[in-house]
Amino acid sequence: MRQRIFRNILIFIVLLHSFSASAQRFITVASTTSTEQSGLFRHILPVFEKKTGIQVRVVALGTGQALDMARRGDADVVFVHAKSAEERFVAEGYGLKRLPVMYNDFVLIGPKSDPAKIAGGKDILEALRKIKGAAAPFVSRGDRSGTHMAELALWKQSGIEIDKEKGSWYRDTGQGMGPALNTASSMNGYVLADRGTWLSFKNRGDLAILVEGDQRLFNRYGVILVSPEKHKHVKKDMGQAFIDWVVSPDGQKAIAGYKIGGEQLFFPNAGQEGA
Amino acid sequence: MSAAMLPLVLDSLTFGINGKTIIDRVTVEIGAGPRTIILGPNGAGKSVLMRLCHGLLAPTSGSIAWRGAANGRNRQAMVFQRPVMLRRSALANIVYGLKLAGVAPRERELRARDVLEAVGLADVADQSARVLSGGEQQRLALARAWALGPEVLFLDEPTANLDPGAARDVETLIGQIRAGGTKIVMTTHNLGQARRLADEILFLDRGRLVERSPVESFFRQPASPEAAAFIKEELP
Amino acid sequence: MILGFDPKLIEIVLLSVRVSLTAVVIASALGLPLGAAIAVGRFPGRQALIVLLNALMGLPPVVAGLVVYLMLSRAGPLGDFGILFTPAAMVVAQTILILPIVAALSRQVIEDAWQEYREQLRSLGAGPLTAALTLLWDTRFSLVTIVLAGFGRAAAEVGAVIIVGGNIDGVTRVMTTAIALETSKGDLPLALGLGVILLSLVLALNAGAYWVKEAAQRRYG
Repeated sequence: MRQRIFRNILIFIVLLHSFSASAQRFITVASTTSTEQSGLFRHILPVFEKKTGIQVRVVALGTGQALDMARRGDADVVFVHAKSAEERFVAEGYGLKRLPVMYNDFVLIGPKSDPAKIAGGKDILEALRKIKGAAAPFVSRGDRSGTHMAELALWKQSGIEIDKEKGSWYRDTGQGMGPALNTASSMNGYVLADRGTWLSFKNRGDLAILVEGDQRLFNRYGVILVSPEKHKHVKKDMGQAFIDWVVSPDGQKAIAGYKIGGEQLFFPNAGQEGA
Repeated sequence: MSAAMLPLVLDSLTFGINGKTIIDRVTVEIGAGPRTIILGPNGAGKSVLMRLCHGLLAPTSGSIAWRGAANGRNRQAMVFQRPVMLRRSALANIVYGLKLAGVAPRERELRARDVLEAVGLADVADQSARVLSGGEQQRLALARAWALGPEVLFLDEPTANLDPGAARDVETLIGQIRAGGTKIVMTTHNLGQARRLADEILFLDRGRLVERSPVESFFRQPASPEAAAFIKEELP
Repeated sequence: MILGFDPKLIEIVLLSVRVSLTAVVIASALGLPLGAAIAVGRFPGRQALIVLLNALMGLPPVVAGLVVYLMLSRAGPLGDFGILFTPAAMVVAQTILILPIVAALSRQVIEDAWQEYREQLRSLGAGPLTAALTLLWDTRFSLVTIVLAGFGRAAAEVGAVIIVGGNIDGVTRVMTTAIALETSKGDLPLALGLGVILLSLVLALNAGAYWVKEAAQRRYG
């Protein structure tokens, strides 16, 4: 009885709100805060929508959360940046195939006063060791996002077991890229960020890019169709159409064309082996 | 008025709350006709006795029975010391009572207008009841009760909160209602009012019915020492 | 974006209003009768229900959002509706958030009125249902304030709608999630500007309601 009432209310709400979105053909893409907040999607999606009439609804989360969301069947496509996690997702059978789309890079941001003396360096591992040595404030995303996973991997490569060795200088924020940058800005701390979000970030305060250009700071984005076998309702045709477009010359051109202040944010690399 | 409810018969009527006895074995028969006034000092249990009679409270022991026809709720009405005005017009307050009494929709407003006319509130019929003066509100409360055409009307200290002028209007109105054939049962602690309005007095003291006398003899020569003391204290 | 009143902003504001208004209408349609029933009725578990509703008034939006998310997720029991990441899901979450507020506060108001009215209504022969309806009508001015408080809470909360709505540009982006997003992007002036608009909206609504209430109370007492 109560169940019925609840269902009726739910149907009522759905009806009430369906008039606006009824005829709309759409897919849901689970993606990352870096792609959303850098403004990339607002640049490329209208091109796709105009061409196909398919609306792309982007839910921006950390890469880990985005993959979980897709595991529960709440997305048709994932568009994220943590290759090993993506490959695990595919191996578990949740996704069909990971296709490389584009890359940019991570940059190490820090205060201009630079208490750990790392500015201008090219070696990210050395820089991290110096930050730890100086016990200078470091802001971590701490949210299982692609950037967070990349950061943890870098600590590991630098020979530091950050889980055991972190002190009060290491601030785990558990938030998105933007909030982490806001935190770093207010406490003049170091932070690892993706270049796209950094370029579109406005509340920089005293922060600047201190370390960039290391091969290890490479940041790869991949796109995966959620398996229609795991989740029957996945809109595989429309989802596939989106993926096909993103890796097509058209889509790649749209990605390359997104610039902030004349600077290109993402570099297309669809079809490259091992990317 | 067909098939009268009265007389009202109370037999060893007792009411207590939290172990404290408020009404203590009251046995009395209230018949049609005379205006009955329940008199007594503050805390004697007058209001509680009236609520028991009206059916708002259930007795702890003993019984209340309407000896006449089967009990019909709309045959009795009550007006409280502080009238509760619904947040709507004076007219709508009366219509509300008529609706609950099962009066046909077409008849409600006609009857309501008539009774407002009779209590002298016709010109405020469409004003909100809550912005009327205290005296007007009490007359409206009487009108609301009267409109139901009750056989018995219970009045609980209906003038206690009113200034003398408004109190006089209410007393006059009670006379009118009585003239229409409604049995009046009323509580008061005001001796002057009791003298003006009563035909018979039920004197209540600490929950017990101490004396029942015609009004004349009650004031001339009370039968109980409690009543005598009360009259002596209240009359300067 | 703000001074220009561009269509994007208007769309966001309208969606905020539409979602929260729908939620408050549903929460009131359920909560006001529920409040009246608890105020007037006497049934086993009544005390517990009152305590529960009072406690749920403080339900953290994130928790409400998470619960609704898990219910509406494809993997959840109501996943077949497919309404996760739609305005409808946001309405569900906000309804759950404000229903206890509307029910608990109206229960309080109506019970106070019931104390005053009880003998009179019973004397006139009103049963519990009639009494409840009469009290709902007679406390209408106070109830309007409660409904508005519910609307304010719905319109101002972000934790639940960002989880169940996903803050999708052009679909489920409302004032609060837009503020959260702009804050993330470090565009604090824009975030603050949006906050001011939201505040003005709620303020205007409350001022209007207060004015209506005052006028009505002068007229009806």
